[in-house]
Amino acid sequence: MQPRTRRGYEGVAVATPVTVPYQRFSTRGAHWFIGRALLALLRESGLSKEDVDGLIVSSFTLAPDTAVGVTQHLGLSPRWLDHVPTGGASGVMALRRAARAVQAGDAEVVACIGADTNHVDSFRHSLGSFSDFARDASYPYGAGGPNSVFAMVTAHYMRTYGARREDFGRIAVDQRANAARNPNALLRKPLTLDEYMAARPVAEPIHLFDCVMPCAGAEAFLVTSESRARAMGVPHALVLGAIERHNAFAEDPVMVRGGWRVDRDDLYTQAGARPGDIDFVQTYDDYPVIVMMQFEDLGFCEKGEGPEFVRAHRMTHDADFPNNTGGGQLSGGQAGAAGGFLGLTEAIRQLTGAAGERAVRDARLGLVGGFGMVTYDRCLCTGAVILGRAA
Amino acid sequence: MTDIRSRDPGLLGALVSALAGGRIRVVDLTQALAPEFPQIALPPEMGQCWPFRIEEISRYDERGPAWYWNNFSCGEHTGTHFDAPIHWISGRDLPDNSVDTIPVRHFVAPACVIDCSAQAAADPDYLLTVADIEAFEAAHGRIPGGAWVLMRTDWSRRTDPEAYQNFDETGQHTPGPGAEAVRFLVEQRQVLGFGSEAIGTDAGQGYHLQPPYPCHYFMHGAGRYGLQCLTNLDQLPPVGALLICAPLKIRKGSGSPLRVLALVEEPGR
Amino acid sequence: MTTPPMRPKRKNPVLRTPQVNLPPGARGRVALGLTAAASEGRFELQTCEDCGAVQYPPRESCARCLSDSLRWRRHGGAGCLLTSTMLRHSNDLFFRERLPWRIGVVQLDAGPPVIVHLHGRVGDAPARVRVGARLDRSGQAVLIGVPEEETVEMADDPKLREMTSDPRFRNVLVTDGKTAIGQAIVKAMVDAGAERIWVGIADPWKKLPGFERIAALPQVSPVPLDLSDGRSVDELAGEIGGKVDIVVNDAEVHRTFGISSRRGTDAARAEMDINYFGALRLAQAFGPALRARAADGIAHATAWVNLLSIYALSNFPPHGTFSASKAAAFSLAQCLRAEMRPAGIRVVNVFPGPIDDEWNQNLPPPKLAPSALAAAIVRALRDGVEDVYPGEVAQEWLERWRENPKVLERELSTPGH
Repeated sequence: MQPRTRRGYEGVAVATPVTVPYQRFSTRGAHWFIGRALLALLRESGLSKEDVDGLIVSSFTLAPDTAVGVTQHLGLSPRWLDHVPTGGASGVMALRRAARAVQAGDAEVVACIGADTNHVDSFRHSLGSFSDFARDASYPYGAGGPNSVFAMVTAHYMRTYGARREDFGRIAVDQRANAARNPNALLRKPLTLDEYMAARPVAEPIHLFDCVMPCAGAEAFLVTSESRARAMGVPHALVLGAIERHNAFAEDPVMVRGGWRVDRDDLYTQAGARPGDIDFVQTYDDYPVIVMMQFEDLGFCEKGEGPEFVRAHRMTHDADFPNNTGGGQLSGGQAGAAGGFLGLTEAIRQLTGAAGERAVRDARLGLVGGFGMVTYDRCLCTGAVILGRAA
Repeated sequence: MTDIRSRDPGLLGALVSALAGGRIRVVDLTQALAPEFPQIALPPEMGQCWPFRIEEISRYDERGPAWYWNNFSCGEHTGTHFDAPIHWISGRDLPDNSVDTIPVRHFVAPACVIDCSAQAAADPDYLLTVADIEAFEAAHGRIPGGAWVLMRTDWSRRTDPEAYQNFDETGQHTPGPGAEAVRFLVEQRQVLGFGSEAIGTDAGQGYHLQPPYPCHYFMHGAGRYGLQCLTNLDQLPPVGALLICAPLKIRKGSGSPLRVLALVEEPGR
Repeated sequence: MTTPPMRPKRKNPVLRTPQVNLPPGARGRVALGLTAAASEGRFELQTCEDCGAVQYPPRESCARCLSDSLRWRRHGGAGCLLTSTMLRHSNDLFFRERLPWRIGVVQLDAGPPVIVHLHGRVGDAPARVRVGARLDRSGQAVLIGVPEEETVEMADDPKLREMTSDPRFRNVLVTDGKTAIGQAIVKAMVDAGAERIWVGIADPWKKLPGFERIAALPQVSPVPLDLSDGRSVDELAGEIGGKVDIVVNDAEVHRTFGISSRRGTDAARAEMDINYFGALRLAQAFGPALRARAADGIAHATAWVNLLSIYALSNFPPHGTFSASKAAAFSLAQCLRAEMRPAGIRVVNVFPGPIDDEWNQNLPPPKLAPSALAAAIVRALRDGVEDVYPGEVAQEWLERWRENPKVLERELSTPGH
């Protein structure tokens, strides 16, 4: 029997990237941020609420509600609904699901929203019930969060491939330079490598500027058909390829590679492109070591060459390897699940001429990474999308 | 109506005014019932007499807002207590031999107090002898029938339980009556009963006498009674005190803790 | 970096006594299998009976073949430390108070990678280590990595010391000093470096062999304590309760009667009054102070030891009423454990078989020597174990009871067994 060829993402457009400005803490609930995001999507697109017939949401602090509760809360009656509880991978996964709905005609216009509030004690509440394995095999060991896991991943990576703290520092410093030109970023003060190196340790070898700052906010975009986007007259980008993979490389005792590696050839094949064709990347940056792994696993260098790669390239928006051109989460802040959508909204802006002073010149192809859901010793979800400029 | 004051008070009336006027004094011969007071200790494989234990039910608190009261538990032979004839095998078949059937007139009776305090101080195993009784009678007259004989040893001054029980590896060493003395009191004097200050009416080493525990054996075998853990015997005259000791009316009871009171006439009042 | 514990300085009475924070204590049902094994001092992991894969974290289905035939088996814990980190920040209050704190990932020779606490004597990765399971301050199992070749004491690592209840420098109350068991426990505590041992005596006027020798030791203070008398217990608690770090309740009444071998209930009552009600009185009187001092310095209040009996699991009819009283005491001890665990106090239940004392005179060997029982108690406190079955008879009966309690019941009711 012939293997089925996988369908591409022809005819799918992503439009109207929206950011609800981040706040360090907010007394509002997640529903408020979702409502603000939806309002902005409607304003940007000129659509009415009724025109949006699909909804996909990702939010931790929405609990006990899911996307279902949102429909009644905001007065929507979609004919397609999904809830993606996968944190930093939820943007890519939301896009893939919404794209198929649009292609199949199950929905015309899907609002994709990642949003979270951040109360003063949000962090403690969300951690306590993150996953069975985290509860049983990670929280008892002290960190009360993912820092310990990624510190150990970083230490292992450094020992295995000779990476130094300075290498991770380059990623953080260049992202911070990008953030200076992003009015939405919470951290815009320039960061030097010396400051990065001297910052207080969190969990060795991870220090302060290796960690994202949790905050409240939302990121959102619309997924619709290319023809509808043109009819609406909204700037939009095209979906050229997308992959996801979960619990990849389970046999690796410590994470050294992510699921992107498994399906990256398929990604580039879908897009008809090679790594060298990519004009910018928006990697998922919960920690610099994961950024470095995405450089390797998404094909820009071989496994273990990450340190060499960052030494050989600059990653600001105007340099030879633009990465997280808005500052990413490390400089923008991590608004919970919105962190999984941040790379997509920034990519859409770059591809629709809406990136202002941080625009990557002649950007045609952008790659967005997704990564999330740390259990006890690694994150399980990975995904990646290649977006292209509309003709 | 006749004025009450002008009526002849009679004997009881005279007793009442003597008490009120202090010509008759009431002496308490009873140790307080408290958890730390030692109880008779038998070898572990035998049944044991319960020590006195007391537990609050409430004390003006959430268990009872306006009242204070306790539950307590103890054996029939805990603390200052009365032994009935049924307590011993030699008295098991006698008539009226339990605390509820003893003729109540026996609960009010005269007492003779034989002072062995000096001898007991020198020898904790001191045994009362017939000679001691004869010497007592020479000084104070014949012991009347139906009277208690109390052996004063000042043992109750040993307030430390360890000293009171006076155990060593060979057992307990407390004073008591010798077998001959008991037989004499029972057969020759028809006493009502025998009282002591120590933990039992028999001496601590009474097991080794012939017969073992002669005071219990002969007294109860003759339908007589016992009192133990008495105190304040030094406040009683050798003769002339009147004992009031009524045990609890426990059906078929072998004894009970009780209040032992002595009425003593004050000389020259 | 490890340092053996040093005698703590005197406490500054003006400062507030710190209250205890506990490490994260939530565990799923399957994961509690780890705790159940660690309670007895064992490190166990699930092994798939169909394909042999060793599972971690604990789970309902084999991660390799989906079989649900997962059986807990003992593991030696040998493995390789692959990576580690020194935490300098934590959102968790317990760890926040104890930073910096080192953890690592070990790949067990048996297969899975595991996150562990690291003993101070473990070097940098890569390093050979041995992983074991211990009960942490919440009373839940955690994995600890120690150097493979060395034998190390948990108590020598200041971070891990709290998982143990080492008697060293601590004040101990042994509730009954009149028996050979009580005296052996006192001696064992002295040898274990206890600072002070109060030993209870119920009837001071009973002269008992051996007691003078114990009472003469400089660390030992005899105190009046009669577990049948609530006032005695309350008064002693009022006097010393605020200083006791470890309670060892060894007071018991042991008679050798079933139901028909003794008329009346007085012997059974005496057993219940000490073995069950005595434990209740003691727990009511001394519990609150222990809980309040669970974080009071290095030698904080830490443990409560109940001397139960293997007969608590299944009645031994020749000592039938004694068995019943120990069963009642066992149930109560479980209640006590539930009330003490939130305060970070470890309740240790000890289930010896017959002791070599006067009450078991007519039972054939093997019998447990009082000194062996005492050593088992000290070992349990040092290791942070909470269920102890010392001696061959206890171990054997436990195995039979676990395999099929009904079969054990029937065997025990066969005369001459």
